[in-house]
This record gives sequence, C-alpha cells and structure tokens, in this order.
Amino acid sequence: MAALLQVGLVVAVLAAAHRPLGAYLARVFTSRRHLAVERAGYRVMRVDPDAEQRWSTYLLSLLGFSLASVLVLFGLARLQDRLPLAVGAPPMDPAGAWNTAVSFVTNTNWQWYSGETAAGHLLQMSGLAVQNFVSAAVGLAVAVALIRGFARSGTDARVGNFWADLVRGSVRVLLPLAFVAALALVAGGVIQNLHAPTEVTTLAGGTQHVLGGPVASQEAIKQLGTNGGGFFNANSAHPYENPTPWTSALQVVLMLLVPFSLPRAFGLMVGDRRQGWAVLATMGVLWAGSVALLTWAETAGPGLAPAAAGAALEGKETRFGAAASALFAASTTGTSTGAVNAMHDSLTAPGGGVTLVNMLLGEVAPGGVGSGLYGLLVLAIVAVFLAGLMVGRTPEYLGKKIGRQEITLVALVVLTMPAVVLVGTALAVALPAGQAGIQEAGPHGLSEVLYAFASAGNNNGSAFGGLTSGTPFYDVLLGVAMLVGRFVPIALVLALAGRLASQRTVPAGSGTLPTHGPLFVGLLVSVTLVVVALTFVPVLSLGPVVESLS
Amino acid sequence: MSTLTSSVPVAAAAAPVASGRPATLVPFVRQTLAGLRVLLVLAVLLGVVYPLAVTGVAQVALGWRADGSLVAADGSHVRSRSDAVGSALVGQSFDGPRWFQPRPSVAGDGYDTLASGGSNLGPNNPDLVATIEQRRAAVAEREGVDPASVPPDAVTASASGLDPDISPAYARLQVARVARENGLPVADVAALVERSIVGRDLGFLGEPRVSVLRLNLALRTMGS
Repeated sequence: MAALLQVGLVVAVLAAAHRPLGAYLARVFTSRRHLAVERAGYRVMRVDPDAEQRWSTYLLSLLGFSLASVLVLFGLARLQDRLPLAVGAPPMDPAGAWNTAVSFVTNTNWQWYSGETAAGHLLQMSGLAVQNFVSAAVGLAVAVALIRGFARSGTDARVGNFWADLVRGSVRVLLPLAFVAALALVAGGVIQNLHAPTEVTTLAGGTQHVLGGPVASQEAIKQLGTNGGGFFNANSAHPYENPTPWTSALQVVLMLLVPFSLPRAFGLMVGDRRQGWAVLATMGVLWAGSVALLTWAETAGPGLAPAAAGAALEGKETRFGAAASALFAASTTGTSTGAVNAMHDSLTAPGGGVTLVNMLLGEVAPGGVGSGLYGLLVLAIVAVFLAGLMVGRTPEYLGKKIGRQEITLVALVVLTMPAVVLVGTALAVALPAGQAGIQEAGPHGLSEVLYAFASAGNNNGSAFGGLTSGTPFYDVLLGVAMLVGRFVPIALVLALAGRLASQRTVPAGSGTLPTHGPLFVGLLVSVTLVVVALTFVPVLSLGPVVESLS
Repeated sequence: MSTLTSSVPVAAAAAPVASGRPATLVPFVRQTLAGLRVLLVLAVLLGVVYPLAVTGVAQVALGWRADGSLVAADGSHVRSRSDAVGSALVGQSFDGPRWFQPRPSVAGDGYDTLASGGSNLGPNNPDLVATIEQRRAAVAEREGVDPASVPPDAVTASASGLDPDISPAYARLQVARVARENGLPVADVAALVERSIVGRDLGFLGEPRVSVLRLNLALRTMGS
C-alpha cells in the first residue's frame, strides 16, 4: 500500500507539472525575445542567436561546443591538484580524465572514480556540474530541432539556432528549477558548503571524516538534467546526497520532470496536443510497467542471497527499503539518469534485468532530457512505417511523408545503439583485459559487462558496480561507446530534422494512420518492445534470464 | 557551410547577416572556438554563480543542515566540526558490547566516509550467501537469540556503507544485551527504542527506521 502511494505521489506531482511546464518549454523555444542577461551573454560569446541554421550548421555548432567541453573538462581533471578547492584530490590519469570528460559531456555520467577522494570541489562544481546543465540542454536542443522539423514546412532545412537553444535550455529551464530544487534538498539535509574532509572523534571513540562540498547544487541538476553522476561514490544512496525518503521521492520527480513534460511542448509546437498525449502515454506505459516489475522483484526477493537474509536488502538503505529503491531504479534507468539509491549489481536477477531492459529500450521511458523525446519520435516513425507496409500506403507522420531517405536515417538511429552495446560487450568478454574486470562467475558476470555497455551506449551511467571498470581498457572503450551512442544518433536525428523541415506539410487524407489514439499508442509500445526483443534476446537470455531461472 | 553561420563576430551580428561570404577558417574550428567562448560564459553562470548562490542562501537560512547536520556528544546540534562526534545523517562504527550496533558496512573497514559504497555482490553470489550466514550466526550469538529471529538488515551491507539507520526489529533485538551491558532496566531501553522509531515520511514514503547514533547518544544520557 505504501509502495502504491509512493508511486501515486510522484505521478500526481508530475501530472500537475505537465501542462504548465510543457507550455513553458514550448514558449521558451518559440519566443523571439532574448532576456537581457542572454543578450549580454551573446555579446561576450560573440555568437548571433537570431541566425536560422541549416541542420548541418546546427550539428557543427553542437559538435564544436561538445569538443570544446571535452577539452576543457579533460584539462580540469588533469590539472585539478593545481587549481583552487582541490581538497587534496590528485590529477586524474589520462585514460581516466578522457573517460570522465566524455562521460559528462555525453550526459552519461559513468564514473570510474570515487568522488570523495578523486574529484575536488572545483572540478565538481565548475567542471562536472556545468556539463550537467549544458549536456541536458544539448539534448533539449536536438529534440526541439526535430520538433521544428515536423512543425515547419518547406524551409530549406533550417531547424533553429543551436546557441540560442543551448542558452535558453540552460538559463530559462534548468537553472531556475535547479536553484529551487537545490534549496529543497538542503532543507532535507543534503550538504552545501566548501569544506574539505575533516576528521572527528566519534561517539565510541573512533575516528571518521566529516565530508564537505557543494553537493545540493550538483544533486539538483544531476537529477533534473538526467545526468546521474554522484558527488560521492555511493551516489544517491549516500546520506549526504539523499538523506530521507522524501528527498528520494523528490529526486525521482526531478529526473522525470522535464522528460515527461516535453511531450506537451511537442504537442503544442506541432499544433496538435493529441500527438503529445500519445507520446506521453507510450512513455508512461513503459515506465509504469518497469516500476511494477521492479517493485515486485525487489519486494518478493528471489535469489539465494535474499533467501539467506530474509529480504533483498543487500545494497539497499534502511530508510528506502525495497519499494523506494525499486521506484528509483526504474526511473533512473527509464530516464538516462543513472543515479542510484541502491546498488544495481545487488538487485534481484529479474530486477536487475528490468533495469537493463529499460536502458536497452533506448532510453525512451521517458528517456533523458530531450533524448527521450527524439528517441521515441524516431520509434514513432518506425511504427507508422510498419503500419504503412501493412496497408500498402506511403507512410506519413504529422503531415510529413516518410520516404526512403527518412526511413534510412531512422533505421540507422535504431541500429547504432545495439551495434555499440553488442560489439562492446563482445570485445570485453573476448579480450583478457575485459575479462579481468569481471567480478561474478557465470551469467551474472556477462550481465555486468552487458550492463556497462548498455549504460555507456545509452548514456545512462549507472553500473553493476562489481565490474572493475577503472582500467585503461574500460575507460577508453566505454568512452568510445558513450561518444558513438550519443553523437551518431544526434547527427542522424538532426539530418532527419533538416529533411522534414524542407518538406512541405501534406494534409491528412482518408488513408492517413491517426497517430494520437490508443491504437497508435499500442502500436508504438509494441514496436519499442519488439525492436529490443529482436536485437537483444540472445544476450539477455545468457545473462539475466538464465540467472532468474536458475 | 550555410551563409547563416552561428559564430559571426559582434560587428557582423549587428549588421544584417553577411551573405555568401566563404568561411575563412575551417568551419569546424570556428564552431569549436565559438563553443569554447559559449562554454566559458555559461561556466561562470552555472559553475560559479549558481553553486555559490545556493551555498550563500543555504548557509544563511539552513546552516546546520548545509554543514552536515553535525551533533555533539550531548546530542546538541553544532556547526563546528571540532565539537562534533559525527553527523546525525551518517552512520558510524560503535566498538564494544555496550552500544547499539549498526548494519554491516563495506565502506573501507566499516563506515569509512572516504570509501562509501556497497558490496556490489550479485543476488546469487555464493560468497555473499556465506557472508550472510556468518553474520547471522554472529548476531545471534552476540544477542543470545535464535538465528531465525535476526532481521534482514542485520545481515546485509547497505548501499552507501554509511547507513545511519537500522530497522525497528533489529533495534528491539538488541535491547536485552544493551540494557545488561549498561546496567539499565530493560524496560527503559525498550522504551527508548520505541520512542526513537521514525515512521515513514508522510506516512508512506520509505520505511520505518531507527537512527543508531540517536539511540547511542540517548544511552549516554541515561547512563549518567
């Protein structure tokens, strides 16, 4: 009962925010006016926020910005010991710095390091947390560019201005929400100071370090931007990141807030709110399904260790218990967040399997900030294409014909992530350097590796932490997986946006498949699941499925 | 390269956008330099102004919590680290039979805040099963109870290794031993446990729990 109310509260808050936040998002990305602070910023940046860019220029700006971000973050990580507020953190090694830079720029936030000793306050707040904002804003920008592709008609492939979208997403959407959320988290006990770790004498006469750091400001954007990189190693299981059950519920709300509101903005921007409802319903069905399955698995507690202990509490905090851990785990993998309030490697076999499948869906339930929406719109095009094949008509979606070139781009998007995940997993289990990191024998060992590449390829960032991934082999290979998994789909989606924007919108005819009713939602859910099933059933069978059955 | 590039200098931006002018630099290098300028401006706002503004407000309005919810040996809230015995939110080790015991921790040698984390052992890991059985036997012996009555949180390591809480069941299990070791009436210690239980937030969020530090701070007062 408490478990149901817990989910109900999260859903109620999200439902209340859906319309106003969706409308606000649509306004932010369609307004022609610049705020005074933005205008001043553009002057210093020396960019023109009013120039309409073709998709190719938009992509080039995005890639240029991301390259600059990787270089700056790499530099900060390598030099952090010589900068202020290092609080004793040593410089990262080159492979580690590469992995961290790529990880935060791609919105993945995979962490090979432990924040309490390996990352100083300056790297955290001025390097990593900045990427928490802007990598989410990049995702938003791509989603908005794709929406414009649908909404515009015959525009010479112009999809907006990347710099304006980036700045607005950061300044108007994420910054105010993060500020309020950060203070709420402090009220719950999340720390916010600039102290270095200090040793104190405990009540029983031992010693312990009291930690410091600007944690709340980072925690807020970590969830809101679906980033997930913890200030501390234990992430949102750490009492200083997530002190109480209500802060945990708040963090779940924060990670779902923008992804579940974007469909509203989509509906408003394409001039048909019902289209937004259909997308929202699809995301909601998939998320609710995974919450239900995970809650069942963690509460029932199948497996040898839970049976020995009497409950699946290994790797879980007392204050959260099974239900709040399951809700968090489903939401963090359904979005591309990857924060954890319980250790996923110790989840039950079916529970861990659900988190894995959630990521392999391509992060669309409801997905990362922006990336969830563009991921699902790509699948919607697959769905109308399949429906078109069945009835023998040229498929169209939102008045745009899905021709050979459009479906080619879509197919490439759909194939990129599985290629990254499966090739990466195969390399790691085949090579000695990859095998060396595996902790568990048998099927759970395969799950650990598969989870790592699913997490990197989908820019999630959570881990089956038993895998020893802080080695040059995994740092480099997972870094490549994150880059390809992030930027190849972005490039293809922007190309698609350009093609759609240059098409003229055709009015719906009698043969047009309606894309807003329950029938289409059912079709879209099925397509999403079938694509995953066709691609991943073999490897899932050898990992979590065998584990669940044994 | 489109005619409407994104990184036109401010002079060109003020004028109508230049048309048909070929890019003088390789386009990608230009975009990367523009990206660098944009990043630096955003980093000042999002990476310096924002966290310091949150710090400022938090320190003034919520100072005790912002500094880590520190407590002194008499149980009072303090902000100075030199007066603190630890944080109300962070678990710590208690060596000796007179204390209420926290959950097993795999953070360093136990409750090491510089090494937070869980065991990450899988649900069917034979080593984990063996460890759980050992913990069960050890707790049963320490408390002098039937191994079957040892609750799950007493034999499992938490996710953070810094779990400040135990279940009400585990706290009750320790009452007889704690009372005996401290020379206190069992009823008094049992009453302490009952009034220290914190229910679910809002009645339905999370799980009921007892803070081990809070129990042990109260024990000191009762003993003196």
